[in-house]
Amino acid sequence: MEVTTAVRGGRTPIARRSRTRIDGWAATTILVAAAVAGPLVVLPASFVASPGALSDFAGLLPDALVATAILLVGVGAGTLVLGTGLAALVSFFDFPGRRWIEWALVLPLAMPGYVFTLFALGSAGDIGLGLATVRSSLGAIAIFTLVLYPYVYLLARAAFLSQAGDLLEAARGLGMSRGRALLRVAVPMARPAIIGGVALALMETLADFGTVNLLGMQTFTNAIYKVWFGAFDRDAALQLGTMLVTITLLLLALERFTRGRARYGQSGGRGSESVRLRGVAAVAAFAGPLLLVTLVVLAPLVQLGAWSIDSIRDGLLAPEFATAARNSLLLAGMSIALVVGVALLLAYGRRASPSRTSGAAVRVATIGYGVPGSVVAVAVIVPLGWLDHRLDDAAGVGLLLTGTVVGLFVAYTVRFLALAFQSVDTGLERVPRSLDEAARGLGSDRLDVLARVHVPLIAPALLTAGLLVFTEVMKELPATLLLRPLGGDTLAIAVWQATTESLYETAALPALLIVLVGLIPVGVLIRLSRRVAS
Amino acid sequence: MSVRLDGVQKHFGSTQAVAGVDLELGGGDLVAVLGPSGCGKTTLLRLIAGFETPDAGTIIVGGDVVAGAGVWVPPEQRRIGMVFQDYALFPHLRVSANAGFGLSRRSAGERRKLTERALALVSLQHKADRYPHELSGGERQRVALARALAPEPEIVLLDEPFSSLDATLRAGLRREVESILREAKATALLVTHDQEEALSLSDRVAVMRDGRIQQDGTPEEVYGRPTDHWVTSFLGDAEVLPGTAAGGAVECELGRFPIPADIEGDVDVVIRPESVALGQGRAPRGDRSHEGVVVAREYYGHDQLVVVELPSGRKVRSRSIGFPIWHPGDHVRVWVDGPVNALARAATDRVTR
Repeated sequence: MEVTTAVRGGRTPIARRSRTRIDGWAATTILVAAAVAGPLVVLPASFVASPGALSDFAGLLPDALVATAILLVGVGAGTLVLGTGLAALVSFFDFPGRRWIEWALVLPLAMPGYVFTLFALGSAGDIGLGLATVRSSLGAIAIFTLVLYPYVYLLARAAFLSQAGDLLEAARGLGMSRGRALLRVAVPMARPAIIGGVALALMETLADFGTVNLLGMQTFTNAIYKVWFGAFDRDAALQLGTMLVTITLLLLALERFTRGRARYGQSGGRGSESVRLRGVAAVAAFAGPLLLVTLVVLAPLVQLGAWSIDSIRDGLLAPEFATAARNSLLLAGMSIALVVGVALLLAYGRRASPSRTSGAAVRVATIGYGVPGSVVAVAVIVPLGWLDHRLDDAAGVGLLLTGTVVGLFVAYTVRFLALAFQSVDTGLERVPRSLDEAARGLGSDRLDVLARVHVPLIAPALLTAGLLVFTEVMKELPATLLLRPLGGDTLAIAVWQATTESLYETAALPALLIVLVGLIPVGVLIRLSRRVAS
Repeated sequence: MSVRLDGVQKHFGSTQAVAGVDLELGGGDLVAVLGPSGCGKTTLLRLIAGFETPDAGTIIVGGDVVAGAGVWVPPEQRRIGMVFQDYALFPHLRVSANAGFGLSRRSAGERRKLTERALALVSLQHKADRYPHELSGGERQRVALARALAPEPEIVLLDEPFSSLDATLRAGLRREVESILREAKATALLVTHDQEEALSLSDRVAVMRDGRIQQDGTPEEVYGRPTDHWVTSFLGDAEVLPGTAAGGAVECELGRFPIPADIEGDVDVVIRPESVALGQGRAPRGDRSHEGVVVAREYYGHDQLVVVELPSGRKVRSRSIGFPIWHPGDHVRVWVDGPVNALARAATDRVTR
């Protein structure tokens, strides 16, 4: 009695849900999306509200466009060459200390641009560089390239490692030298990853305020700051912000476009046998990256440490240092609960009530990561200010939202929700759907399931998300600068403020703390990747 | 009665997964829903559990309407235990916490007592402190069963509970699961595509096809007296011979057999191969046996399938123990020794296998 009808497993029951019922969870995702992305609507709306606002600042726009273009081209080329080159070096060649170098090259991720700028400005004289050399387009390009190349490096390296070794061997069999094979086969095959990395680096460049401000580059973020604090012209700031976001979107569109329809699917496996370097080549392969990491991470840490000691000894520490440190820790700590909590609601809401609507809500809610912090700041203040005045009129409670940290928390949520969501959602996706159903069948409602099943199961993902949010808020500068309440200075602002006044020793200790905190998630990232690799 | 379904329907897009199902079970019944993959049986289970909403019809659990007629009771309030295909044990909880998961609203003492009882039922008290990944496949299944039974549900639903187990383990575990369910006096609905499993495990088998229950009866009924050709061939091999029915008997090439009196005229006579007996030498059973020549033989160890050609040229299969050994060309006597079924003639309605 053998009847061949069995097709075991392969069912995806939840995906079959047909009706779109707007239940509480779907409504939650929509609400989060509206609250998080809603403020961004004021950006384009500013052109309608006040079409001529920018004409008062006619000089700013051409400067901003030119400075931005120079930066994008320079940083794009710099990170492309440096990131891809280093990735190729550790992927296709072997030399003593390679495993160590492979991960050391990620460390610059922990170095915020403005902290490195502080180091560069403060020690330029010691190595015979004029301040004018640092405060130039070339200086800015160099600084951005040095702190942002890891994006390209990480993505290119992952792509190289996933390439099938036999493709390179095939190229060599067709008579190409090893170097040519790398350039003609390996690099083009990794092109989507490399361009994706460059796009990330350029997004960070566009979003940066601290570095360009300290170096006197007249980019968009700097112009927004001037218009906001110099002239208090809200609409002009919003319009500049809209243009900056447009450039970011164009960049992302360009990245999609160059990726095109090509699919570079590879049949996995460790890449080709790496070439063992010997003699001078091996020494250079080890010393070069080491020198780079020393320059970008080690030297600044040592210098900042020395300055910190000086500042404490000589009483140069700003009196507000303790307050700033406390503010930073409080803001970053409370942001963990807020941003990770919202991310969890969003991710679980979509899981509990999967539909086109909740999927769209998630995409909308995570849009803020592409929006620079200064733009988020000017965008959230409009609806918050409006709400504030309504509340004040109704209850006479004074300005509750804009004059306090509430505005900051809203801005952090808009800006970093995507970061936390990514991590939380990846964790949730690993939990089989049948666990949800098993728990519900046993009498647990959705919230109970979340608390008793999902949260314990995805605790590591929640922790990672919290860590990322914590360090991002710690080093966040432009949004904090624009939205902080009186007396609400943070470590990042302390660094920036002291550096603008050339008080490098005063800036050193807060900067050191920011970098040290930033090293934690980089360390976690390295450990996680190592575990995956082994 | 624990569960009743009235005219339940469910479609996904243009696919009618469940097309009007009526089903009733209760009082410690162990019912199997048997059907090929894609017949809607898993959807039926998920409708009862509350993971899907029916488009039409009503579902009643423990006397209360839980779906239909404007009522919707979420799964957590239905008092239903479910055993999933992959068991869906909570990996972060020990065996005891898994088994007691559905008892969170009870007092601590009661929770401990019921958890212990459930684990004792599946004989896993000694593994109460283990984590699911430290258990064997069979033990995991027993934990899933204990977890579903602990809150004393109205009904336990089992979704292909043996399909992720090694074939050699299955037979033993079936017996074990059956005795656990019997001991717990649980009403259970089991979904499977495995005929052997359905027939050997349950009191009743509901055969499902294209979203409908084709036949609902005891294992003996659905196997021995299937109501149509599709159920006949889905449940096992069958020989179909043309015959004529009249007055409570049917006449065909292999003889005359009693059938229910309400069938008359030209019919298909359905005989399972194990009811076709072979012998040699002096005709056993006198004139009730017929001549035949062996034309092929498939040997399976525990049995053999012998193809015999009758004088008319029609070939019939005979399943018997692996002895005596027949060879092509052997002249044999053929007779029927077992139940015979008669169906209204429908030449085209054959399942493709």
